[in-house]
Parts: sequence; C-alpha cells; structure tokens
Amino acid sequence: MTSYYEASARDRVNGVLDPGTFHEIVPPSARMMSPHLKQLDQPCAFDDGIIVGEGRLSDHPIAIAAQEGGFMGGAVGEVHGAKLVGLLERALETKPDAVVLLVESGGVRLHEANAGLIAVSEIMRAVLAVRAAGIPLIVLDGGQFGCFGGMGIVAKLCDAVVMSEEGRLALSGPEVIETTKGVEEFDSKDRALVWRTVGGKHRVILGDANLLVNDDLDAFRAATLDLIETKPDMSLEALEQEHSRLGQRIDRFGDCKDAVDIWRDLGIADPDTVPMLESAAFMAAIAGKRA
Amino acid sequence: MIHNLLNGLFPKGHSIEFDGEFFSGFGQTETEKVEVIGTLDAAPIGVELAHRIAGNILNVVRFHPNRPILLLVDTQGQRLSRRDELLGINAYMAHVAKCLDLARRKGHRIIGLVWSQAVSGGFLASSLLADDCYALAQAEIQVMNLPAMSRVTKIPLERLQELSATSPVFAPGVENYRRMGAIKAIWTGDLAQHLAEALHNPNPIDQRRHLGEERQGRLMARKVADMVKADAR
Repeated sequence: MTSYYEASARDRVNGVLDPGTFHEIVPPSARMMSPHLKQLDQPCAFDDGIIVGEGRLSDHPIAIAAQEGGFMGGAVGEVHGAKLVGLLERALETKPDAVVLLVESGGVRLHEANAGLIAVSEIMRAVLAVRAAGIPLIVLDGGQFGCFGGMGIVAKLCDAVVMSEEGRLALSGPEVIETTKGVEEFDSKDRALVWRTVGGKHRVILGDANLLVNDDLDAFRAATLDLIETKPDMSLEALEQEHSRLGQRIDRFGDCKDAVDIWRDLGIADPDTVPMLESAAFMAAIAGKRA
Repeated sequence: MIHNLLNGLFPKGHSIEFDGEFFSGFGQTETEKVEVIGTLDAAPIGVELAHRIAGNILNVVRFHPNRPILLLVDTQGQRLSRRDELLGINAYMAHVAKCLDLARRKGHRIIGLVWSQAVSGGFLASSLLADDCYALAQAEIQVMNLPAMSRVTKIPLERLQELSATSPVFAPGVENYRRMGAIKAIWTGDLAQHLAEALHNPNPIDQRRHLGEERQGRLMARKVADMVKADAR
C-alpha cells in the first residue's frame, strides 16, 4: 500500500494512471516559473507547483493534473493556473474519457494575489466548458494541505469528488477564520474539530463528496475508474435539483452547532464513533443515511 | 449610492426590490429589459445569500429567456464562519457559478459591474463569471490588503509597496485588474451608454488572458496556456 497523503504529486499521477503511460506537458525542463516569486526573491519551482499531462487509466485516455502541496501549499499563481487552464482547454480538442484533478491547494497564492484570483476564475470557466462538452471531471482530494479557497469552489464545479478521511474540502481555511474572527469561532488547533467540519467523512455524509477511500493510491485509482462513466448533467433541471438540495441543507442543518449534530439528525448510528471508522465500515455505517 | 447607480444605468426606469443586503428586479434600457441581481453594504456572502443569488439566476433562465443579466454584487468576500464551512459554502459558491454558466449557455448575456467592493470568494462566484466584468473608477477590488499580505508572506510592506508602483500583481485596485484583463473597462460618465455598448458586444468566450497580455499586466498566462494546448503528442 502506498499512502496518497505522503506521496508527491508526481507519484500520485503515476500511481493513478496505468504504469508508464504518463506524458507530461510543459514539464519542469521547460522552466515555466513564476515571474512574480522571482521578483520577490522567493524560491521558485520549475513546474510552479503543478504537473499536467495525459495518460491512460485501464486504457481510458485521461487528461490529468496534480498540484504539489510541497511547493507553497499548492497555491495557485499565474503560471500554475495557466497550466491547468491550458490542460482543460486542450481536453476540448483531444476529448479524453475524463479529466482527473488531483487537488491539493490553499487557494490563491498571496504573493501574486491578483493574478492567482483571475487564474482561478479562468480555471472555473474552463472546467465548466469541459463539462459542457460532455467530458466528466473527477477530483481526488487526499493530500496534506487539503483543498481550500478558490480550488474548493473548483472542486465542486466538477462531476465527482473522491476523498480520504485525511482530505479536507472547504472555502476559508480554519486558520483564516481563526485569525479573522477569533479562536471562539474556529479553533484551528483542534484537529478533531477541523477534521469533522471540513474532512472527508463529513463531506461524504453531506453529499459534497461521492465516496470515501482509504489513504491508499490504489484505492484512489480504483475509485476514479468506478466514476469514469459519469455523465456531466448541466441542464436547468439538474441545477434546479441541486438548488433544492442545497436549500434543504440550510433548512435542516442551519442550526446545527457541530458535524456530529448533523450526523445524528441523519440517523447515523453512534455518530460519535464516526471519526474512528475505517472507510469500508464508514461507507456501510452511512449507507442510506446521507443527506 | 445604489439608487444613483440604478438611475444612471437605467434612465428609462427600473423596478428593483430591496431586501436587506440583497436586491433584484429589472431595468429598462432603450431597447430591452435587463435583469438585475445584486448585493449592498459590502455583504459577506454566506450560504443563504449565495443560494438566493443562484435561485434568482435560475428564475431568469426559466421565466425570461434571452433576457440579459446585470450583476451588481457588492461584497467583502465570502462569509468567514465555521457554520458556513460546516454546511459546505464552497458548494454554494460553485452552485452560483454553475447557474451563471447555464444562463450563458442558454443565450443570456451576463454583465458584471463592480460598483463598490469585490473581494476574493464573493467576486469569484459572481462578477468574475460574467461574460465581461466592468468597474466604476471609485470601486475597490482586492484579495487582501498589502499590510495583511506582508504579514502572511513575511515580505516587508515597503518592498510590496515599492513593487506595486510598477506591478499590478500584488496591490488592490480596479486599474490593476483592468491591466491584468479581468476588468474589461472602467466606466465613467454616461453609465447607460456604457451598458448599452456592453450589451451590444456579447462575449461568451473567456478572453481575459489575451487582454491581460495586450495591456502588459499579465504576460505569462496566455503564453503558458497556449504552450499546453499546442503540445504535440
């Protein structure tokens, strides 16, 4: 078993795809680096913290991107974002069976804040264009830095999200909320609180992630394959359904103080034990109970 | 301020209902009705407000085919709270974006106008998803102010200020976003005329990185994206 959490972005890509099939586009040797970090005398990466390319998954042609949390927490800058936008728009021409995004990002890279924000917006437009072309996007989220900020929005624009318990998915990070609103609002040092608020299990129970897998590269690969036939549905009817689901979520859980209250409300047995369950037992415990 | 803005945009009249930080309705141009959806008072966008904005967009798509949409969102950004994160606010922001995208694909022209404030998440899920986004000269656009950016990045404030004199990348400001291609133009003078021109030139394809390159504010984005697209396999 290889831990997805511990693996580098490159190892994750190679572990998800069929061995030896990955072709990297604009690789580190192309030296496409952030001009803005250089200007600030900050360390740069030859790939600006993201790997993009093509390969095969059980013979399906796949476009794939992986953010490297080890470089500035996977934050999105101008070049980083443009590589992802390029890959997405390329998919409109090459028509792979799916686009797989191995997200790991704190969101916009503050050292180039304006460029990063605009880049995230361009990623959003490109993701929606890919889906409109009938190509599904599958998100894998199990890295050390989680998926926050604009990338948290991008993940929810996609067709399916696979998470491990270690994965996190949110908009504002707990540290940002604590710094701005105080420790009473969100204690970012309380790891159990953080994980049950923004972690994989809660996202799966809420319906914002499709399934939970163990922290194992092979498990992420198998889950991606299971979801590869997903057909994007961006019709008015589909969005009206989503609208009604999200409205019910506020009505039903808007007063809940903690994730455990939501889990109890949904009728999940022994909600306090949910954080202890491994993924198969967890998926069994929540079967038929998800929001 | 908002009433002056609406009168300036729609001298032929408008019918807008206000409810707290939210407003919606329609304005009348020389030639057509325009759906207006917006927020006030630098509203923090939480799950309820995002859901409401999305619902209004869906109503336009269902009941007013082809009618253009003008977004007048004034926001300090996403609401920062544990409750919003617990409920999955990122999914609500994404929902707004999907609804705007649906409207675009159904043929609605979508114009964003930053008239007061636009910050981070609230901006991403609204005006930045318009076909074209414009701004008033006195409006404010930012991710983070320079002192906060200096604290987080540990780069001295003086250095950031010095670089901001020439680079549009760090500092808040409408002109920086114009140079980088995210703001198509800054509106001054006759707002109704600007709106008529914007509606006359619909632009459903994302051209921001081309604009940013032309205006010398963002030199890598177009080039790098094209390199990826052109890779010969």
